Amino acid sequence: MFETLQNLLLGFSAALTPANLFYALMGCLIGTMVGVLPGVGPLAGISLLLPTTFGLNPTAALILLAGVYYGAMYGGSTTSILMRIPGEAASVMTCIDGYAMAQKGRAGPALAIAAIGSYIAGTMSVVGLMILAPPLAKFALGFGPPEYSTLLILGLLVLGYMTGGSMIKNLAMIILGLLLGMIGIDHFTGYFRFSYGIVALGDGIGVVPVAVGLFGVAEILASAGQPTRPEVLKPHLRDLIPSGQEFRDSAGPVGRGTILGFLIGIIPGSAHIISTFISYAVERKVSRHPERFGKGAIEGVAGPESANNAASCGALVPMLALGVPTGPIPAVLLAALMVHGINPGPLFIKEQPVIFWGLIASMYVGNFVLLLLNLPLVGIFVNFLRIPYKILYPTILMFCVVGVYAVNTSVVDIVIMTAMGLLGYVLRKFDFETAPIVLGVVLAPIIEMSLRQSLAMSNGSYAIFIQRPISLVFLVAALVMIFLALKPLIRKGLDWRARLIKAENGDAL
Amino acid sequence: MTIDRLGGAGLLLLALFVAWEDRVLPLGTHSRPGPGYLPLLLSSFLAVLAIILILRGRFSAAFRSVKWPEGRHALAILACCGFATLALERLGYRITMLILLAFLFGVLERLKWWVVLGLSLALSFGSFWVFDTLLKVLLPRGGFGF
Repeated sequence: MFETLQNLLLGFSAALTPANLFYALMGCLIGTMVGVLPGVGPLAGISLLLPTTFGLNPTAALILLAGVYYGAMYGGSTTSILMRIPGEAASVMTCIDGYAMAQKGRAGPALAIAAIGSYIAGTMSVVGLMILAPPLAKFALGFGPPEYSTLLILGLLVLGYMTGGSMIKNLAMIILGLLLGMIGIDHFTGYFRFSYGIVALGDGIGVVPVAVGLFGVAEILASAGQPTRPEVLKPHLRDLIPSGQEFRDSAGPVGRGTILGFLIGIIPGSAHIISTFISYAVERKVSRHPERFGKGAIEGVAGPESANNAASCGALVPMLALGVPTGPIPAVLLAALMVHGINPGPLFIKEQPVIFWGLIASMYVGNFVLLLLNLPLVGIFVNFLRIPYKILYPTILMFCVVGVYAVNTSVVDIVIMTAMGLLGYVLRKFDFETAPIVLGVVLAPIIEMSLRQSLAMSNGSYAIFIQRPISLVFLVAALVMIFLALKPLIRKGLDWRARLIKAENGDAL
Repeated sequence: MTIDRLGGAGLLLLALFVAWEDRVLPLGTHSRPGPGYLPLLLSSFLAVLAIILILRGRFSAAFRSVKWPEGRHALAILACCGFATLALERLGYRITMLILLAFLFGVLERLKWWVVLGLSLALSFGSFWVFDTLLKVLLPRGGFGF
């Protein structure tokens, strides 16, 4: 305990320097804008900002990018409440009751409760991250290549199951991502794989052009030329204060959302989306007046918004402690760390305490900054929504080109981004999820290395994966996951994933 | 034809393509897997999943029901990305972006000429100033020094 406090003080001494405070502030502001603007999700936002951090030290870079991450998570709620358009997928559930409140003239309290809930959830889950990550990292020090192989396979299977939609399609997308991640030099033998003499592909396909292409360009391709959005409501600062009853009604959902979100965030998959869905379902279940849900119940805003922010933080636990990202956004954050010469994993917390604890402290600061700035500035952020999309999307495209080019100063990356944009656009039309591709690209080298090392250790025997206890546990869990995926084929009725899709499509739950 | 069957067929073709391209890479042995080992394993899994998708794809949406109302815009935007690839290092960042933005604002979105001019100039030169001058992100200047 004393050691943790000492480390936290070390972190605050790093985070509270004027420069790092500025980066936390900038990260939160840019992140909120990214969350508010349609077409620039947190994933594309972080990817695009990555080149601008090259000149910064690793602590400042991580503070800035993490600020963008949770700022974007908050920003998405603004459009959900005011326009019934989720700025990013995790805000889908907020649309239901948030917009209903806005229609009743209670947009201000809905925004305020979303901000306060996000702040409480963010701060509490940083405590969870602080407590959980170091012992998990210590435990993972005992992992060898077989444990890592099975852990990664389990992670990918969980992702395939949790992403929603068809698991077969999700698994196919994971494999597609893994295959894309195999392009380039094989680090064991020096062979060029699938690079067709293009030297720039020797280092492989970068995660930034893939993420920007699949999420930024594909979104532009799908939405450009569509009809203009509806009118935006603009709340005034004096309207933001919730009533005493609204505060009391929100306390429980915020607490439950925080715990749920943090725990779900640790599990691979689209944790933000799932946590908001589960939180909404739980709140409706425990409510004495479930009939109010869908018609402007504040609990329907407080729970999902808290869960969403807590999940953002929970997702950082396995990324920082094990070096295993649980979703596409942590995967891009991991790539960002690697660009700065940091390898997250069991040794990261021990060897780079200033960066780890600096990040933790900056998250406390960032959550406070979000609460302090975003409520008074909501009117300004709302103005971004008034920019016509026909002006917005060429601007976003310009940022996509500059962001992708700047990573390696290579036009090959723009080609990859364009190809990924087209792929993402077509895959959407065919009802495929694209998030698993990004994770596949990031994890491909790690999976290949651990798998080949495991087979070398066992002299080619796959039995090594069931002979080692931890590895066996992961494999059993993977089998359970496959069984769960097959269950809807045997039993009739909608499972939670099908219900999630219905909710995303705007159908009643 | 349904979207799942078409998607499955596409994935199957991709799996076969990877397996075909993989033939030039050494597979190695189980104890010493070569660079072609995992791609072949993955393409086999992909082929199996693609076949399942084709077999189970009977009840998914028909391909004809997929609408492409934004297709014209999408093609133009992809062409713009292609133009950026070819022009960025030859013409420089500012000129490339000026042309690209002017095309999107003026030709595709038919904004007023003075809006097109103002926005294109402000965004191309402004973003160069922010990224290159302020944030020290190296952007290409091309043959004309722009």
